[in-house]
Formats: sequence, C-alpha cells, structure tokens
Amino acid sequence: MDTAEKFDDKAPGNMKLADQIEGEQAMDETIRYPDQTVGTPYVDNPKMRMRDVEVFYGEKQAIHGVSLDIGKNEVVALIGPSGCGKSTFLRCLNRMNDTIDICQVKGNLHLEDQDLYDPKLDVVELRARVGMVFQKPNPFPKSIYDNVAYGPRIHGLANKKYDLDEIVETSLQKAGLWNEVKDRLHSPGTGLSGGQQQRLCIARTIAVSPEVVLMDEPCSALDPIATAKIEELIAELSESYTIAIVTHSMQQAARVSNRTAYFHLGRLVEMNDTDTVFTKPEHDLTEAYITGRFG
Amino acid sequence: MSKTTEQVRKSLAKRYRAERRFKAFGVGAIGFGLLALVLLFTDIIGKGHSAFFETYVKMEVTFDQDTLDISDVRDEEQLNFANYDGVIRNALREEFPSASGRQEKRELYSLISTGAGYELRDLLKDDPSLMGKSITLWLLADDDVDVYVKSAQDDRLESRLSDNQKSWIESLEAQDRVELQWNQSLFTHGDSREPELAGIWGAVTGSFFTMLVTLILSFPIGVAAAIYLEEFAPKNKFTDFIEVNINNLAAVPSIIFGLLGLAVIIGLFGLPRSVPVVGGIVLTLMTLPTIIISSRAAIKAVPPSIREAAMGLGASKMQVVLHHVLPLALPGMLTGAIIGMAQALGETAPLLMIGMVAFIVDVPGGPLDPSTVLPVQIYLWADSPEQSFVALTSAAIMVLLSFLIAMNTLAVFLRKRLERRW
Ligand SMILES: Nc1ncnc2c1ncn2[C@@H]1O[C@H](COP(=O)(O)OP(=O)(O)OP(=O)(O)O)[C@@H](O)[C@H]1O
Ligand SMILES: [Mg+2]
Repeated sequence: MDTAEKFDDKAPGNMKLADQIEGEQAMDETIRYPDQTVGTPYVDNPKMRMRDVEVFYGEKQAIHGVSLDIGKNEVVALIGPSGCGKSTFLRCLNRMNDTIDICQVKGNLHLEDQDLYDPKLDVVELRARVGMVFQKPNPFPKSIYDNVAYGPRIHGLANKKYDLDEIVETSLQKAGLWNEVKDRLHSPGTGLSGGQQQRLCIARTIAVSPEVVLMDEPCSALDPIATAKIEELIAELSESYTIAIVTHSMQQAARVSNRTAYFHLGRLVEMNDTDTVFTKPEHDLTEAYITGRFG
Repeated sequence: MSKTTEQVRKSLAKRYRAERRFKAFGVGAIGFGLLALVLLFTDIIGKGHSAFFETYVKMEVTFDQDTLDISDVRDEEQLNFANYDGVIRNALREEFPSASGRQEKRELYSLISTGAGYELRDLLKDDPSLMGKSITLWLLADDDVDVYVKSAQDDRLESRLSDNQKSWIESLEAQDRVELQWNQSLFTHGDSREPELAGIWGAVTGSFFTMLVTLILSFPIGVAAAIYLEEFAPKNKFTDFIEVNINNLAAVPSIIFGLLGLAVIIGLFGLPRSVPVVGGIVLTLMTLPTIIISSRAAIKAVPPSIREAAMGLGASKMQVVLHHVLPLALPGMLTGAIIGMAQALGETAPLLMIGMVAFIVDVPGGPLDPSTVLPVQIYLWADSPEQSFVALTSAAIMVLLSFLIAMNTLAVFLRKRLERRW
C-alpha cells in the first residue's frame, strides 16, 4: 500500500475519501466505487426511466449499473470528468450506439411505456421521439431551409409545401434563429457562424417535434455570447420538451438544469437537485469534482 | 546567447539545408517528368503533323459518257459502278502523252489515288448536268506521291517513285498544280489499305461504343459495390478477403482479362468477336477495381458528423446513404470513374485477344458491329509497311492523347466544380 500512503501524504484532502472505503485501500481502487447512487435519482411519473444500464465497448465496460429517471419537461445535466461515460450514456437514450459495432447495451431503458431496446422497435420511430444535438455543429451541406425540413420530410410530417414552410418557420423561431436567417433561407447552412449553425441544428432537431432532446456538449465549440443564446434557448425549450444535456461547464449545468447527475468512471455517483449538487453535494467525489480537485 | 538558442541555431541551419535539398530533389523529379513529356510530344507532333494534310493534284477531267459507261445519268446503279478511274486515266494520258507502254502507263496512273474516283462520282451525282463536260479538279494523289511532295529536296532521291513519275510530279509542281489540303478523310473514314484514304473515324466510333458499354456497366456496379462494402457489409474475414481480391484485380495484367473475355464471353456465351459490347465487358472487369477503390475512398471521406446528424433525426441507413453520403461522395466517384475510363480508352492488349484487331473498313453503326478502337488502330498502323502510315500513326496518337487530356481535364474540372455543392 505504498502508493496510498504517498498519495495521502501529498494530498491530505483526499484522506477522508480514502478512509471512507475500507481503511487503507489504494486511491486508485477507492475511485472505482460506489455501487450505490446517492441523492434522488428517481422521480414520480418519469418521461424516461433507466435501470441498471451497462454498456460495453467490446470487452471494456464503460457504464456500470446506472439507474436514473428523467422527469417530464425537466432539464437534466450530466456532468463528470472526461471519459466517465456521459456521452456513452446519453447515446443509449436514442440508440445512437447502435452505429458502433462493438458497443453493447444492457439494462432496462424506457421512454414512457416503450422499451427502447425492444427488438420490435424501429429506431427510426424512436429517434423521431428522442432527438439529438451534437457537440460540433453539423449542418448538412444543404440550404438552411432544407436542413430544417429534412426531418419532417423523411418522416412525412408535412404533406403540403405550405405545412412544411410553417414547420420550418416555427422551428427556426423556437431556435431563435428566424430573424437572422429569414431572408436567406435558401443559402447554405454551412455558411452560418458556429453559434448560428448550432441553433440551426437545434431547429432541425425540434422540427420533428421530439419529446426528448439530447444534447452532448452543445456549447463546447461556441464563444460565450453564442453559448448564452443557446442556454436561453434551452430554458425556453424546457417548457415543451424534456432535455438531457451533457456539459463540462458547471456554471452551465447550474444555470440551465433542474437536476444534475454526476458520473464517475462509468458509475452514477450522485444525482440531486442542481442546487443541492452545487451547494451541498452529498458525495465526496461530487464535491471533489465541483470544487475542481479533479476532472 | 544561451546554450539552447545556440543549439537551435545550429539545428536550424541543418533543417534549412535538408529542406532545400528536398525541394531541389522535387524540382528535379518534376523537371525530368516534363522533359520526358516534351520529348514525347515533340517526337509525335514532329512525325504526325504532316498527316493532317495530304497532296492533291489539279487535273482537267472530262465526264465522257462512253468512258464512264453510263447510259442514264439518273440511274443510281449505273452512277455507282461507272468507270470513273477511266476518266482520270484519260486525263492523265492527255496531260502526259509521252507515257507509252504498259509499264509507263501503270506508273502514270498510280500518281492518283484509287479513291479519287469517288470524288468524281459524288460530283456527278450532285449535278448530272456535268455529263459530257470538262472541269478542272483537285484530285487526291497517291500516298507515294504524297510522301514525295512532303519530303525535303535531299530526301526525294530516296523516294520509291520511278524517274518518270518524279519528272511528271515536278512538272506539275512547276505549274503550281500540286497542293497540300486539309486531310478530311482522316476524320471521316474507317481504316484502309491505302494510307491516303485511311481514317480514324471507324476506330473513334469503335472506341466510343466500347467506352459507352464500359461506363454503363462499370460505374453503377462499381458504385454499388463500394456502397455495399463501406456501408452495409459486416466487417469480417470474408469482407477482408473480398477487399484483398479487389485490390488484386487492379494489378492483374490486362491481357488476362482479354483471355477471360475470349474464353467466357465469346467461347461460353457465344457473343460475336470484334464487337464493342465484348470489348466493353472486358474493359469493365479492368476498370471496376479502380472505380470501387476510388468510390470507397470518396465514401470514407464523407464526414461522420453528417451521418450522425441524419441518423439522429431518424433517417434510415438507406436514406443516410442516398440523401447525404452519395451526393457528397459523387465528385470523388466521378473522378475515379473518369480516370478508370481514361485507362480503359488507352488499353490495347485485352482487345487484341477478343479480335478487335481485325481489319475493318466500315465505320461501326452500333455496339454490336465489328470494330476496332483507337489504340488498336495505332498498333495496326504502326505495324504497316507503307511510309505514310508512320505519320498516320503519330496523328492517331495525337488524337488519342487529346481525348485523354480532355477526359482528365474533365475529371479535374468536375472535382473543382462539385467539391462543395455550393
Ligand atoms: N467507440 C468507442 N469504442 C471504444 N471505447 C469507447 C468508444 N467511445 C467511448 N469509449 C470509451 O468509453 C468510455 C466513456 O467514453 P465517453 O465518450 O462516454 O466519455 P465522456 O464522459 O463523454 O467524455 P468526454 O467528456 O471527454 O466527452 C471512455 O473510456 C472511452 O474510452
Ligand atoms: Mg463526450
């Protein structure tokens, strides 16, 4: 137990952590717990209910028994150090992991009464209900109009040009982009600024009227002003959508979310009201993370 | 100056030297390539340019009804088979009455091409009122005369012409009745034993039909194979095996494809020999690997973020491919296809195997007519003994090269145009 002693000498702040597990275990091992999530991961009447989710990339396990609920019209923030499995978990929620051959998902995942991994379920239908916004803005190399209209088109949501126009307009309005692009709907979406592109991607996602919107670090490629706009947008969207957002910015999590989940090495350590997480975290690992001791 | 800076300075000088060395090497390599190209072009153009013009001789000919053996000028049949050569011979005899005896007369007649009669026929068909009249005409000269006229004074001594023929030509030249005119037949005729009548049009149309068949077969098959392998095929030992074999196919000597075509397409399926359809199928086998490999590279180059975006919206795999991957990969695929086609256009060996090397005079009217292709035509002419064919060979090479340059320019242009679809 050489390493543990040395570590404790240099970082007395971690003593408490190490002690909390069985006495003199090495720091490395202490981090590999807990099996029990602290806080309140469950809510009444959830929109999405996940139980004992395990994800494997080939032999390697990336998510260990994560259970949590996402309530209706709730914004849930997923935080945690890099590589802890936030994206992996988020991508289970609309089965984007299906595209990775070696990825295997186990556990119970439900969207209301629908089992997400029911073999009879068509992912096309699922992804129309659970939309996703990615880290890097990724508009199609098509016009702004076609970007937003793509989802409704492939799902056959609008039969007439008039209906489609309306969907495009309301989606762009909801995404707060309408005023900036209404005169150039037929110019390329790739010609917009980074922040505008990300809002275009959000408009594209909400154009198919999903029930849940997943966002994986949607602001990490944006400047503070564009970020502020997206955050405002998230607050507005939460009135009609359920949102799960992965973020590296704790301020952002604090600003936009109702509840926050803290992941650590593939485990859900703590899930609580956002206020609680940032003011009186129950778990030492959470505290260590939000006070910037690691991550 | 600190030790590090000193160290850095020293290594900098070394780095710059290495860079300069590398640059010089690159410039040298490109220079060598250009030099080879310039040599090739000067040689070909030097030899071939004269073939674009051919010698005509001005003669006064009389459409003599008796000689022509025509009783009714409106009778197509009679017009077609009339003795136009006799009229030309008369004109020649009148011009040079000194020629006597069979030998001399034969020499005299051979000054004018056997094809000159067709010119007279066409004239008479257009205007039957010419019958019985005399007109002054430029008649196509024989290829030996052509060579003689085109060669420099010193080289004329080595000509195959007899002394009589030389003196006749020189007397015509003195009267300004010998002229070089644009070689129309080069671009309108099929092959011929007479160099002055031989043209590349038969080979060009043959090449066109062959390329058409190749394109129609290889592009859809190649693109479909590439899409399947990239997007749908499971990644396992078997697909690895297929990949290795596709790459192998690209390196198989083309003559083997020709043997395959001979054994299977002609032997087994009984398709006719020498036809562009068979040539096209054989060249498809050859072009497919190029198209598949370049199409796969083009598909791989489509950013994954675009796929994710489409999939995240609920697009099915097929929709992702059709709506996003294919449009973005198409420029790369087209470029690959054009480069593959350019290779196929220059291909000779496999076509020799399937009989596209036959001597074919008629210009093919469709992909099922016997024909030859440009590179094979070049091969045939290069093999012919007549001196005039040397220039014709080079002229045909120039035409082939300009097609290749046009295709490769198109490939570059397409890539530039379509690279961003905006
Ligand atoms: N396609 C993949 N193949 C194999 N392993 C993967 C793959 N994607 C992720 N992983 C592994 O799964 C674990 C979780 O990755 P994930 O991307 O979910 O982390 P994250 O929390 O989103 O990190 P970040 O904050 O850096 O985005 C990591 O250890 C990573 O190496
Ligand atoms: Mg991530």
